[in-house]
Amino acid sequence: MKFYSFHLMPYGALDLDYVEKHVSASLVLPNSYYDPQIGHQLYNRYLDELELADELGFDGVCVNEHHQSAYGLMPTPAVMAGALSRSVKRGKICILGRALPLLSNPLTVAEEYAMLDNITGGRFIAGFVRGIGVEYHATGVNPTYSLERFHEAHDLIIRAWTEEGPFPFEGKHYSYQYVNLWPRPFQQPHPDVWIPSGGSLETIRWASDPKRKYVYLNVYSNIDVACGLMDTYRNCAEAYGYTASSEQLGMALPIYVAETDAIARREAKPHIEAFFNRFLRMTNEMLLPPGYTSVSSLKTLLITSRETLMANHSLEAVDKLGMFLVGSPETVRERLAEFEQRLGIGHLCAIMQFGSLPHAQTKRNLELFAQEVMPHFRAKVTAGSCP
Amino acid sequence: MVTDHRIDIRGCQVAYQRGGQGEPLLLLHGMDGRASWDSVLPRLTEHHDVILPDHPGFGASGSGEWIDGMADLALFYLDFLDALQIEQCHLAGHCLGGWLAAEIAVMQPQRFKSLSLCAAAGIRVDGCPMGDAFLWNPDDTIGQLIVDPQARESMRSKPSSERDIELMLKARQMSARLAWHPRFHNPHLRKWLHRLTMPTMIQWGENDRLFPVAYAHGYHAMIPHAQLHLYKDCGHFPMLEATDRYLEHLDAFTAKASA
Repeated sequence: MKFYSFHLMPYGALDLDYVEKHVSASLVLPNSYYDPQIGHQLYNRYLDELELADELGFDGVCVNEHHQSAYGLMPTPAVMAGALSRSVKRGKICILGRALPLLSNPLTVAEEYAMLDNITGGRFIAGFVRGIGVEYHATGVNPTYSLERFHEAHDLIIRAWTEEGPFPFEGKHYSYQYVNLWPRPFQQPHPDVWIPSGGSLETIRWASDPKRKYVYLNVYSNIDVACGLMDTYRNCAEAYGYTASSEQLGMALPIYVAETDAIARREAKPHIEAFFNRFLRMTNEMLLPPGYTSVSSLKTLLITSRETLMANHSLEAVDKLGMFLVGSPETVRERLAEFEQRLGIGHLCAIMQFGSLPHAQTKRNLELFAQEVMPHFRAKVTAGSCP
Repeated sequence: MVTDHRIDIRGCQVAYQRGGQGEPLLLLHGMDGRASWDSVLPRLTEHHDVILPDHPGFGASGSGEWIDGMADLALFYLDFLDALQIEQCHLAGHCLGGWLAAEIAVMQPQRFKSLSLCAAAGIRVDGCPMGDAFLWNPDDTIGQLIVDPQARESMRSKPSSERDIELMLKARQMSARLAWHPRFHNPHLRKWLHRLTMPTMIQWGENDRLFPVAYAHGYHAMIPHAQLHLYKDCGHFPMLEATDRYLEHLDAFTAKASA
């Protein structure tokens, strides 16, 4: 298995009592809650943490995009990827990913990704996402066109990377007289593409298409749901006439390792609960604007789980559901082995800092995970894949 | 008597109700769909031959997935009137349907004997933000749109069937398709409102929190010959919260326009 350190770069100093006055840490939380002095420290601290992950032997570091939110402070993730492109010496740099439909000119993504790919000499992984529902409120982009725009922007970017320019691009949402990308990507035909997603059947079928074989990265599903989605990918691949490899499947989730189970759970508890219940907190209307999801799936969601979107998650609950790995190195190894076996994944994007988790604990978490957990899974992969 | 009909317009099935005595009145519903007209419809049909369609994407009509904006929908309704062989009629719209009515009337002003805009979307009044209906939850929505506490309570306690939820989600989705951005208006519409030379009436609840009463004055400033009626203690649904006054004004207005 390959390991990546995935940072959301939250505003870790968030006053968690905001919930007395505001319904969410996104969109409606006044930005007076943000202190630039603290922000300055946090950005630099978080970059240090990703650089440390690289030194510790992670296979890559990941950043992503969110807007108008304390949950993630990277509206332009390429700024962070750019900063890391000179300091991360070994591992890959992944943007997981840019939210294509939110852009009026998605060619900028082809450009910035190609730049990063050139600077790093091909150590770049290109993530494409639709953006979460609340970002359609934040940007004004019409959520009912989200999927159309995603597919069109994706096609544009891939063509810009792979076809000789200049050529015209004629779409419904995007059209260009001239597409002629300078620089071309370093990796040929183009960087690996990852699709982080909750996972609709349509998305998985599209990602698994033999023309693409993109990595499907499940984000925040519980283990049972995630297993089903990985099976869906494999089944789609079989239907296309090929066998999907574990290299096409990944999972992103928060992880916390400490000396013992008791220490790990005690230390992680306030921060993981803040992560799920404060940083991620959102109303249904924010999370699921009209058209972002089909009427039928939205109806099912509203009828079957009216309350769960705003549910209060305890450490015990998210641990049990497999939405969080926590414990001693031994416990986390066991749990991860179970995950690897059940999910059949080849990539793990470990969120080693979550919510308000302070630097000292994040650092020790990274070190223990890299030293006590990762090596056990490397041997397995090597044994299985090398002659 | 009102009867249900269906007609195919350019591959989209349009479900509509029609009935009543008098000249034809095309009535265009708002973002919540046709249901908020149910209780008023019998009284409207006393003096009008009312045609009340579900817009494409709403209610029992087809999805109209090729309809990408208000201009498409306005032209679609000109086709609809052609198909029903209605050469001239009165036109009335509420909320999203008010905006639609204004767009249609600008395109073919000679076709309409009168135009009634009720709590109508379509314009933006700078410095006076609209409410964000897409961010309100169902409970907030009732509180924002309805003034009468008793009416609020009865709406809140009304159980919603699976079918109701589906219709509500469809209505929200098509409303978003038409009105998410620019939010509930067409920045270019105001350039063409001078084409509304037919008798025009603006009806508005003084306590409308979706399109505040400044929007009634905004329309009035752009259509100076229009009659303006504001209703006290009334939110976004004058036909529900000020039914008598709403109908009295509409009946008198269309009667005069027909004379």
